Amino acid sequence: MPRSQWWRRLSIVDLYLWAFRLAVILVILWGIAGTVRAARYPLSDWLDFIIFGFSQGAIYALIALGYTMVYGILRMINFAHGDIFMVGAYTAFYAARALFQRGIFNRHPFISLTVILLVAAAVSLGTALLVERVAYRPLRRAPRLIPLISAIGASFFIEYAIRGFYGSGFQSYPEFEIFKGKWTLFGVGILRTQAVVIVAAVILMTALYLFVMRTKTGTAMRSVSEDIEVAALMGINVDRIIVITFAIGGAAAGAAGVLYALVFKQVHFFMGFYPGIKAFTAAVLGGIGNIPGALLGGVALGLIESVAPILVLDGLGIVAPYQLKDVTAFIMLVMVLIFRPSGILGERLASKKA
Amino acid sequence: MAPERSWRKTIRTGLLWGTAAIFIALVGLAEVLQKRQIITGVISGGHALLLVVALGAGVYAARQRRDERVGKRLAAGALAGAIAGVMVAALVALSTAVNFRAMIVGATPELFALLSFGRGVAALPWIALIWAGVALLGAALTLLPGRVRSALTSGLGVLLGVGLLQEQVQLLLQSDRVVRFRELIFTFDGLTPAGAVIVAVVTAFLSSVWQWQRPKVSRRVAALPPAPRRALQVVGFLAALALIIVMPLFLGPFFSQALVLVGLYTLMGLGLNLEVGFAGLLDIGFVAFFAIGAYTVGLLTSTGPLGIFHLSWWVAVMIAVVVSLISGVFFGLPILGIRGDYLAIATLGFGEIIRLLVLSDFLRPTLGGSQGVLSIPKPVLFGFEFSGPQQLFFLTLGASAIVAFVAARLRDSRLGRAWMAMREDEDVAQAMGINLVNVKLLAYGIGAVFAGVGGAIFAVMVGSIFPHSFSVLVSINVLALIIVGGLGSLPGVAVGSLFLVGLPELLREFSEFRFLVYGAALMAMMILRPEGLWPAAALRRELHEEVERVPEGELVEAPGGGGS
Repeated sequence: MPRSQWWRRLSIVDLYLWAFRLAVILVILWGIAGTVRAARYPLSDWLDFIIFGFSQGAIYALIALGYTMVYGILRMINFAHGDIFMVGAYTAFYAARALFQRGIFNRHPFISLTVILLVAAAVSLGTALLVERVAYRPLRRAPRLIPLISAIGASFFIEYAIRGFYGSGFQSYPEFEIFKGKWTLFGVGILRTQAVVIVAAVILMTALYLFVMRTKTGTAMRSVSEDIEVAALMGINVDRIIVITFAIGGAAAGAAGVLYALVFKQVHFFMGFYPGIKAFTAAVLGGIGNIPGALLGGVALGLIESVAPILVLDGLGIVAPYQLKDVTAFIMLVMVLIFRPSGILGERLASKKA
Repeated sequence: MAPERSWRKTIRTGLLWGTAAIFIALVGLAEVLQKRQIITGVISGGHALLLVVALGAGVYAARQRRDERVGKRLAAGALAGAIAGVMVAALVALSTAVNFRAMIVGATPELFALLSFGRGVAALPWIALIWAGVALLGAALTLLPGRVRSALTSGLGVLLGVGLLQEQVQLLLQSDRVVRFRELIFTFDGLTPAGAVIVAVVTAFLSSVWQWQRPKVSRRVAALPPAPRRALQVVGFLAALALIIVMPLFLGPFFSQALVLVGLYTLMGLGLNLEVGFAGLLDIGFVAFFAIGAYTVGLLTSTGPLGIFHLSWWVAVMIAVVVSLISGVFFGLPILGIRGDYLAIATLGFGEIIRLLVLSDFLRPTLGGSQGVLSIPKPVLFGFEFSGPQQLFFLTLGASAIVAFVAARLRDSRLGRAWMAMREDEDVAQAMGINLVNVKLLAYGIGAVFAGVGGAIFAVMVGSIFPHSFSVLVSINVLALIIVGGLGSLPGVAVGSLFLVGLPELLREFSEFRFLVYGAALMAMMILRPEGLWPAAALRRELHEEVERVPEGELVEAPGGGGS
């Protein structure tokens, strides 16, 4: 892994970082040992944590796709992506409520779910395109800091516009009768909503993967992310590809919003913030710019987040470890950025300026 | 340009401004402002906002066709306004058929009454007509010679401002000696028509005098020999200082409170400006250092159950400085190698980690969890207690002055040059012999110290600190103000915090829209004017005579260096 020269000469910083790494690993091992010794949780609890982690991770992966694809092409972090996810969840809420009031919701649950998914994806797609048009396109040639700040502005604008439209309270989502309770699979009980989320996410991601890998547009997208100028020389309409990328990312985030609302059953104007950052973590973890990486990173982060608080922190004797669930995710983010900014599958970043 | 294309452009402008008007209406902005009267019985805040949009549509549409004949420009303005008005009218008409309220909180009957100027659905054509008329006025405005135009716009602008802030302005005029003046201008909830005319005419007059005299005055000043000129500058500075010092005495506690907040945000802004503006390290977890300063002081001085040493504030603040310096360096160390966007996300992560840790049950025994640290005593200096906002103002002012001085000296120092070199290009800077590690760590450390001092003052200002005061919104707030003020510019920080912290404090009911406006301001700033408010003003003043001759590139280059 090539690094910039100054790292090699800085023994003190290097020492510090190595000590840091070592300390982190020791603390983690110590925590795990503590938990294992205490043996406070039966196996079925661990299975629940893991399944929850998978369903959470599937949602992160769907959001992470948008980050990763946009980064791959424009080399910028679409800070407003979490809010596009939130817009999807809000749309899902209103669509679900409308269907619920007309009684269609529980009579045809799968049709309703498909309709909700489509509507939410469409609205999120529109929002993503709007953000791209207003906040990013005029700044495509500007220095890096400038589009990022504009993205932060877009993010807050969307959040507080939604707050102005729909109010600042939590709104709770109607529940599908058919998805209540558990299904048992190979002797393991899975909450039905979680199963639905995992299946839907897998279908969506497979479709996206095939789109990017097999279609002509997908090939064009990949070539633009490889080298934007050469792609333009080859006759690819770069603007169109960028718009398509934002559209696909937005639609995936909207779908993720629906699934998130299915699991957590409430929507709020600030709900996009944490999932957005975590999905970004997932994208970095998997190797940014890399679509299978986003999938892998999402699932990995979901698992870490649901297992680590109990596995590591509980063993360290920390009270109420589940409160620190988000802290583990953020520590994960900082760790990845420090120690392996190229992620699990990516190699791109190391050679380019991060 | 072909005529049909330019008309199409005008139509698009009309649609765009109509969409903006509908957005402003449905998001609730218009209705919130409606609660304030501008001129009692004549025009209220919500209407004023809508009319400003209409005026803007006219100005914009007419500007687009700058090169065409007068009649066409006026027609374009009126057309754009009419289109926007028709859209608003259509919304009002729809509201009778569709129940928007089921989804949109702000779509109240009052809103539609406001949009139709209180005349209901019967008046729909009127809406379009009023919009077209106001837009026509806007287009006419663009035809006027520059001096008249700017006198008119400043008169209208100040009129709107005085009207919106009439509660606060009236607070200033409480004294009995000015009671007749006050009654001439204000009713209990707005301006009187006579007052409005007086305010607008006086401002317009002053503005045109200023426009007319400014070149002469600045030429005269420029012609002075260096010594008197220097003296003039010193006198001006001292006068400004004296004004600032006596300000809280006659402004009262309400304004002083707002000013203390402005001061606090200026402190933080100066710190973040050092990291982002000078060194180019985008940090959005900056609130962590603010929290560290506040909690250090809180724990060390509190007389409540969590207080540990019950130190005096002055000792505690020294310790807070050291603690924030160390934590800044400590946070900076692991992220030395991270650049650009990634740095932003990593620091965001740090900020949230700190807040979540403070909030958790895990650290509750020491930090108080969500209950926070209570009963922090006010600082006392030689028997003078900084008890209320009017006293704390001096503390904030003193701290900001020291910090601003330090920042100014740092900017012009070797270290400051190194930061700016690093901001432009890390690799080149390193090749020139700059020790990136030291320089970066100093930026994090010193920036953290500034924020820590801000936190220390914040702790005594509020008297008890809770984790929810340290959310990421504070970081965004600070970032927004340094960008609006002008990245890298020191006076810009003060200007930015006056606009983005002071103004919303005065417009209290407006506060839920604060971040909506910030978001829009950040985007607009980045697209239209990335150099910020202050450097542009300074540049314009310097270059007043020869704006035309300055190539565009030099004007845009300001964000880093300029601004003094």
